[in-house]
Amino acid sequence: MSVRNLLLGSGATRAFARGWLVAGFVFLYLPIVALVIYSFNASLMPVVWGGFSLRWYGELAHDQELLQGLWLSLRIAFYSASGSVVLGTLAAFTLVKYRRFLGRTIFTGMVNAPLVMPEVIIGLSLLLMLVMMQRWLGFPERGLLTIWMGHLLLGLSYATVVVQARLQDLNPELEEAATDLGARPIQVFVLVTLPLILNSLVSAFLLTFTLSLDDVVLSAFLSGPGATTMPLVIFSRARLGMRPDINAAATIIIGVVSVGVVAGSLFIFRAERRRAAEMAAAQRA
Amino acid sequence: MSRPLVASFFDRMHAHPFFRKHSRKAVIFVPYVWLLVFFLLPFFIILKISVSEMEVATFLPLLKYRDGIVSLALNVSHYLFIFEDELYSATYLASLKYAAVTTFWCLFIGYPFAYFMARAKATIQPALLMLVMLPFWTSFLLRVYAWKGLLMESGWVSELLIAVHADDLLLHLGLITAPGKFMYTPFSLVLGMVYTYLPFMVLPLYATLSKMDLRLLEAAADLGATPWVGFWKITVPLSKAGIIAGSMLVFIPCIGEYVIPELLGGPSTMMIGRVLWDEFFSNNDWPMASSVAVVVILLIIVPLALFNKYQAEATEARA
Amino acid sequence: MTPATAAPATLQIRDVVKDFGGGSVAVNHVSLDIHKGEIFALLGSSGCGKTTLLRMLAGFEIPTQGSILLDGQDLAGLPPYLRPINMMFQSYALFPHLTVWDNIAFGLKRDGMPKERIAERVEAMLKLVQLPKYAKRKPHQLSGGQQQRVALARSLAKRPQLMLLDEPLGALDKKLREETQIELVNIIHEVGVTCVMVTHDQEEAMTMATRIAVMSEGKILQVGAPAEIYETPATRFVADFIGNVNMMEGTVAVDEPDMVEIDCGYCRHRVGHGITGTVGMEVSVALRPEKIRLSRTKPEGQVNQVQGTVRDRSYFGSFTVYNLELAGGRRLKVSESNVERHREDAPAEGQVAWATWPDTAQVVLTQ
Repeated sequence: MSVRNLLLGSGATRAFARGWLVAGFVFLYLPIVALVIYSFNASLMPVVWGGFSLRWYGELAHDQELLQGLWLSLRIAFYSASGSVVLGTLAAFTLVKYRRFLGRTIFTGMVNAPLVMPEVIIGLSLLLMLVMMQRWLGFPERGLLTIWMGHLLLGLSYATVVVQARLQDLNPELEEAATDLGARPIQVFVLVTLPLILNSLVSAFLLTFTLSLDDVVLSAFLSGPGATTMPLVIFSRARLGMRPDINAAATIIIGVVSVGVVAGSLFIFRAERRRAAEMAAAQRA
Repeated sequence: MSRPLVASFFDRMHAHPFFRKHSRKAVIFVPYVWLLVFFLLPFFIILKISVSEMEVATFLPLLKYRDGIVSLALNVSHYLFIFEDELYSATYLASLKYAAVTTFWCLFIGYPFAYFMARAKATIQPALLMLVMLPFWTSFLLRVYAWKGLLMESGWVSELLIAVHADDLLLHLGLITAPGKFMYTPFSLVLGMVYTYLPFMVLPLYATLSKMDLRLLEAAADLGATPWVGFWKITVPLSKAGIIAGSMLVFIPCIGEYVIPELLGGPSTMMIGRVLWDEFFSNNDWPMASSVAVVVILLIIVPLALFNKYQAEATEARA
Repeated sequence: MTPATAAPATLQIRDVVKDFGGGSVAVNHVSLDIHKGEIFALLGSSGCGKTTLLRMLAGFEIPTQGSILLDGQDLAGLPPYLRPINMMFQSYALFPHLTVWDNIAFGLKRDGMPKERIAERVEAMLKLVQLPKYAKRKPHQLSGGQQQRVALARSLAKRPQLMLLDEPLGALDKKLREETQIELVNIIHEVGVTCVMVTHDQEEAMTMATRIAVMSEGKILQVGAPAEIYETPATRFVADFIGNVNMMEGTVAVDEPDMVEIDCGYCRHRVGHGITGTVGMEVSVALRPEKIRLSRTKPEGQVNQVQGTVRDRSYFGSFTVYNLELAGGRRLKVSESNVERHREDAPAEGQVAWATWPDTAQVVLTQ
């Protein structure tokens, strides 16, 4: 109790802390709540409540442009998340296991920079390079492949950060023990390292999947004719103003992602708690 | 038996000098080359294009061979234009200003937020962390779009601000241009950017603050420091890495932000990301767009190096 | 237990050097012979090179120079996974995602051993470490002591020719450590495996090892049985590192084949054995605190005694440590075992007392 008093001081400070947190969360969630509520608005007018209706959800089912964009986006997201996890794992391995190699500083910089680099810059430079490449090699055509490359570049950085954090927490003696017991390097990776970092690979996959599914700028630069992703469709409509059908699409997307993230977090939280209880029980015995 | 066969295959493969020597290189090689080709090389290409002449969607080569004389045709006119034209320099300055203001508000809101989170009961911290992460996972585009509805006339936030007469204050500060009109103003732009980037500030701050050794504060109190002094002399200096990482995570991408100014900023608030976009998509002027990009890179190169340094330090410290 | 010097060494370490670059050499020209069935301890403080030497035996580090032979076979170029050597790690390194059973079977499966034989071997190992009921548990469901036994079983399962132990009891608390030491030695003897262990804890090395090598700054200072290291340390460093010791500087005054006298100025030593030295040579005399007796009255004779004032007295239960201040501010540590419950004539703080010792107590260090 004394420590908490020291940190948060009197009752008034504690009330202030609680108020700040609540206000912050209201700020973060207000737009989401508004989106969801107005998706059930019968009126075409964006902020005038015209009664409850599922009309816009019904219209989504016939919105060919959006559905095609969704299908393209899902495919790109799947490919780029898969590629990001593979490359990100290699990059994380490099950063954690190989402390010294030629150009380590450049490598670290290139891994970290896309996290903050404005997307217009990445998009423009990558596109111009791909255009030049196409002129010389006749390949690649702008479309799914080029968008995938852009998303992979971004996803690689995020996946590296996630996997790197896990690898660093990993006791290096575990891999040594496996080697010592006769496992070849590939067996060590498959039988010991991989199962132990699997959680982080799943997180990295989901994170890069949602990043790709959400991206506007890179997709805009790298897409070609006929390759319009869902965010591009939404963005071009959102530029023009509020539209209830976007609210409906948003509600579905946010709902799916939230349920997934909350369920995943609860699962991990429960597993950790069970593990802690088992450890405590083992120590008592 | 298949097992010994597989084992002997691995034996032979790993015993082979090529594998033993090069397996490590292969791991480094793949992501390294990928990044060199798709991240670093493109920057040299835009650098080259930015100093090229454009002739009907193709560039003239930089090196010309004419009458036995090799001449280097460096076209720096785009750069001259950027520096001389007031519109461009004003836009660059405005981008820096908006990014700085956004960073300030993110830090102002985010630091106490992360601090109170890190000092909340241990049992509710995972839930709070998840609540911060959740918007981060859900579509950024849709959340920005949602602000349009909240800020437009008779939107929830708009009504609220008018009810508490905040619009007078904003008008007075020059952040909005007409009473009751919040959309397409510097106010709506900064609000949208603060909203979007707040989690990027809170997460690294929370990471450093929650790892802090609380006994240090007890020691400070024992030596006579009040909680307020303890906070400023112990907690804040120790969270420096988080403050810098968070600030860079907000500041750098904000400079080149495109989607938020496009959706919430309106025509009155020019930011450099939009200028670049328009040069490329509307004017089809690739050398000009490249020059704009190169100048942006020059602007962010110092904060970027700072970010890299702290990011590397933070990850090394964990090991 | 003395090593069977006649038997050929199982493990031969020949002039091994490990240089990581950057100035200091981690392991500096080390040569050792380790015999079959021995428990050999590398003892030293952190950074002395003992762990690097162990990791070279396991194959995790490659010697810069020198060779390591196991049963006559040179291990150079043999990666860890092909060496008939297994290691028990300091953190135990039990695979957290595998059960106890699968942890122990891990090495056997890598050898492609048939399933029935793996099961047999694992059961035998579980019985050996008295954990048959825990086969289905995961490592985190075990106590520290149980984890340690699983780690032992796992490294013994492949019947290695050599077992390496890295601070085997370092992760256990003090009380559990003492129990486990004896149990661990019993199991190792039962299996008959040759062991090299690394430790910074001298007590651990003394109770477990048949022979100890004391290491410092990459070099081996002395190799010998625990009693040999304790009672006849070869250098000041070893004498100081193992247990407590009083060091006295002096010169040889009388040098007979079976006796020497050493003059330290404030006290004169008579040592009951000859040394390789000459009259006038400067030497150090090492005297263990528990070999000194205290009395309130002056003892007979003139040698092997010194007068001092008790500056402090610390009671440890089974023994009491006195800190005596001698002439010129020198200090002498005396440890008396408490054979009586309340000794009447025990010197109190501030009182003058005489310290005496037999002529078999000292070690004369000429280097």
